Amino acid sequence: MQKDYFKDISEIKDLMNKSSRFISLSGLSGILAGCYALIGAAIAYIYFLPKQLDYSTTSPLKIEYIILDLLLIAAFSIVTAIILTMKKAKNNGEKIWDATTQRLLLNFLIPLVTGGIYILIQAYQQHYGLSAALMLIFYGLALVNASKFTIGNVKYLGYSEIILGLICAAFPGYGLYFWTMGFGVLHIIYGILMYREEKRQ
Amino acid sequence: MSIIDNINKLFDHRIRLGIMSILMVNEKVNFKRLKELLEVTDGNLASHIKALEKAEYIIVEKSFIERKPNTQYIATKLGRAEFKKHIEALENIIKKQMK
Repeated sequence: MQKDYFKDISEIKDLMNKSSRFISLSGLSGILAGCYALIGAAIAYIYFLPKQLDYSTTSPLKIEYIILDLLLIAAFSIVTAIILTMKKAKNNGEKIWDATTQRLLLNFLIPLVTGGIYILIQAYQQHYGLSAALMLIFYGLALVNASKFTIGNVKYLGYSEIILGLICAAFPGYGLYFWTMGFGVLHIIYGILMYREEKRQ
Repeated sequence: MSIIDNINKLFDHRIRLGIMSILMVNEKVNFKRLKELLEVTDGNLASHIKALEKAEYIIVEKSFIERKPNTQYIATKLGRAEFKKHIEALENIIKKQMK
């Protein structure tokens, strides 16, 4: 009896992956999300943030504008990710909205929404100091949590964001730079690495 | 004892092996999703599910979602253990072939 047991094993692996893991986001969506973050950070730096870190100044932080800026960055990134992922799924003949995607989203959103609400509550009490650090930390946790349901190295991006967030918390006043580093530069680096891997396959 | 002894006859079929593979990494899976993943017909899938159910490798959980029947399948402890044994046997055979 010479049966091809190799084929059995590879089929098992394939089914396990297909049934429990969502296809990875494309590298390009990472690069673009990073670019939106850089543009958003630049706009905030030029127009909304106080030039000197002098907390005694009377000029109020234009918090509504900053929140709007953040929401726009998030919206552009999400729309880009959805469009590119749908395109990729179509090319690979995969379904985009199934039980795996739903689980992925749920696991991604739990830490993210928790963090978002927490940051807003703090902001309404005039505690902005740690916002950048908290955004990085909760986003990192969301990525690590979601990484169990996707292929690729999202986990490492998550770890990097968490570490950066913790360092950020230790250096008050430099939030914007760490934020730009985490959401801009790290996304672009991660996107390029993913993109190169996709090209190789 | 030959290593072939650990090859489980019940898993020596593409679809039954597939059903178990999916249930090993998912808590519960419904009929429709199994069908999509394995790309088989209703009747074909149902008969293989029956076989696994009869061996008590999987259990069936029936419920209703918006008055529509929703049947979910779950791997039992026995099923999981047997599947692991089967995989180990496959690995051993492959190792032997490589030598």
